[in-house]
Amino acid sequence: MPATGHTGIRGAAHIAGAYEHPRREIPDRTVAQIHTEVAAGALADAGLQFSDVDAYFCAGDAPGFGPLSMADYWGLELRWFDTTEVGGSSYLAHVGHAAAAVAAGKCQVALVTLAGRPRTGGRRPGGSGRIPDAPEIGFENQFGLSIPANYALAARRHMYEFGTTSAQLAEIKVAASIHASHNPHAFLPREVTVEEVLESPMVADPLHRLDCCVITDGGGAVVVVSPEVAADLDRTTVKVLGHGEAPKHTTGGRPDLTFTGARWSGPAAFAEAGVTPEDIDYVSIYDSFTITVLETLEDLGFCPKGEGGRFVSDGALVAPHGRLPFNTDGGGLCNNHPANRGGMTKIIEAVRQLRGEANPGTQVPDCRLALAHGTGGALATRMGSATLILGQEDA
Amino acid sequence: MTTTPPDNHLPVTEPPVNSETAPYWEAAAEGRLALPRCEQCGYVIWYPRQFCPECSSTEIGWFDASGRGTVYSFTVTRKSWGEWGQAAPFVIAYVELAEGPRVLTNIVGVDPDDERLTIGMEVTAVWDRTPEGQGILRFTPL
Ligand SMILES: [Zn+2]
Repeated sequence: MPATGHTGIRGAAHIAGAYEHPRREIPDRTVAQIHTEVAAGALADAGLQFSDVDAYFCAGDAPGFGPLSMADYWGLELRWFDTTEVGGSSYLAHVGHAAAAVAAGKCQVALVTLAGRPRTGGRRPGGSGRIPDAPEIGFENQFGLSIPANYALAARRHMYEFGTTSAQLAEIKVAASIHASHNPHAFLPREVTVEEVLESPMVADPLHRLDCCVITDGGGAVVVVSPEVAADLDRTTVKVLGHGEAPKHTTGGRPDLTFTGARWSGPAAFAEAGVTPEDIDYVSIYDSFTITVLETLEDLGFCPKGEGGRFVSDGALVAPHGRLPFNTDGGGLCNNHPANRGGMTKIIEAVRQLRGEANPGTQVPDCRLALAHGTGGALATRMGSATLILGQEDA
Repeated sequence: MTTTPPDNHLPVTEPPVNSETAPYWEAAAEGRLALPRCEQCGYVIWYPRQFCPECSSTEIGWFDASGRGTVYSFTVTRKSWGEWGQAAPFVIAYVELAEGPRVLTNIVGVDPDDERLTIGMEVTAVWDRTPEGQGILRFTPL
């Protein structure tokens, strides 16, 4: 059914503030405090106060009763809240939802936060196994399916259908590690080689330890504002140009493990922004595992399906001069994967690139258009995918 | 079908049985693989539920499957946590049943490093027993 009254969100809102918690192990703070520190950081970055916030967005990592608990904790008066919980894709969806709410006149200053302590708080990455009444649970939790194993099933099938190799997947880690070496806050700040990835212990064939993201405490926040608010701020803002989101599921028992929901969220975001993959200067791609990046790049149209292995193998992802610089903060693979969810940090690094504030050595020259993509859930079962197209203020 | 599994050391947990899935588990306890099928469009549905995601019907029947299938994808878990960490290495797979659905499972009765273990390998259903006598579906090479 075609939507009626469709106008889209292109230019309807700006990201005015972004902040990533500098720490990767935070044993001395509560989760509410880490949400507070990143919220304060993003608001200060924008030149705004807690008292300016009239909309709040959070996902399952927020403590207690989500926006009710945090509005109470902070003393906020809100006109709009959104608790869309789709794992690591939540925060990119939140920005799209915030832009739509701003466009509808429902709010002017939307705060989005993420925080968690999986490293020192002892919470391992979970799947649907932690949701006791999930309808699928009796048919998926009997087999020892860890998160790495879930992604490994996808990697194995991609290799089978397209000839993708472990060395090609390793190139993704190598590119991320080169970027992390420029990031003083990165959890793994050292460059690694393809050989080191291949020689690291196998976790779930064909994924090695170094094919996996890091487990870190931390958090991040962004502030989405109306164009009118943005015009009154001193800070350079980033324009929200397009957004897409979609679930991908098991199709009644016929999952195809070779693609992600980016197949749908990507084209929707590009169409709304009125741009194509060729126009994009920088990409933040969700990188829970190397295979997540590979399949997502294909699904977003940066290369044909099945060509991802070849696409990443010649330094394409390495900033500043690769064909498609990605995750210049080091990504979830090397820098930070706070709360076991890398979605927020994907947005933040795209904002840094568009403002010209990436770490020296990784800033993409004249970065005018960026894409940020989040994946929640897991590749071999069910996932949320959310894509944002962001641009410089005058884009 | 073969119903006795080869020796393995995989953990078994009592499954959550509810009104939507009871027919599956009643069959599983007897060593039969019962699959739900849409009475309206004929779609064979996995995981079991009282709803057809293909045509939105709630008229769901059950039939006994052959237990035969092929490996659609697999992984050898080398490192895990808790009791599954103790069981490593072990094989997790999607098996594509002859009747269509791809089901998550373990492959047992084959060494994880055996080169017979490949995508496309033919397998058949076996049932591990929980302490309460429930059946947990796994597969072994034909
Ligand atoms: Zn049907």
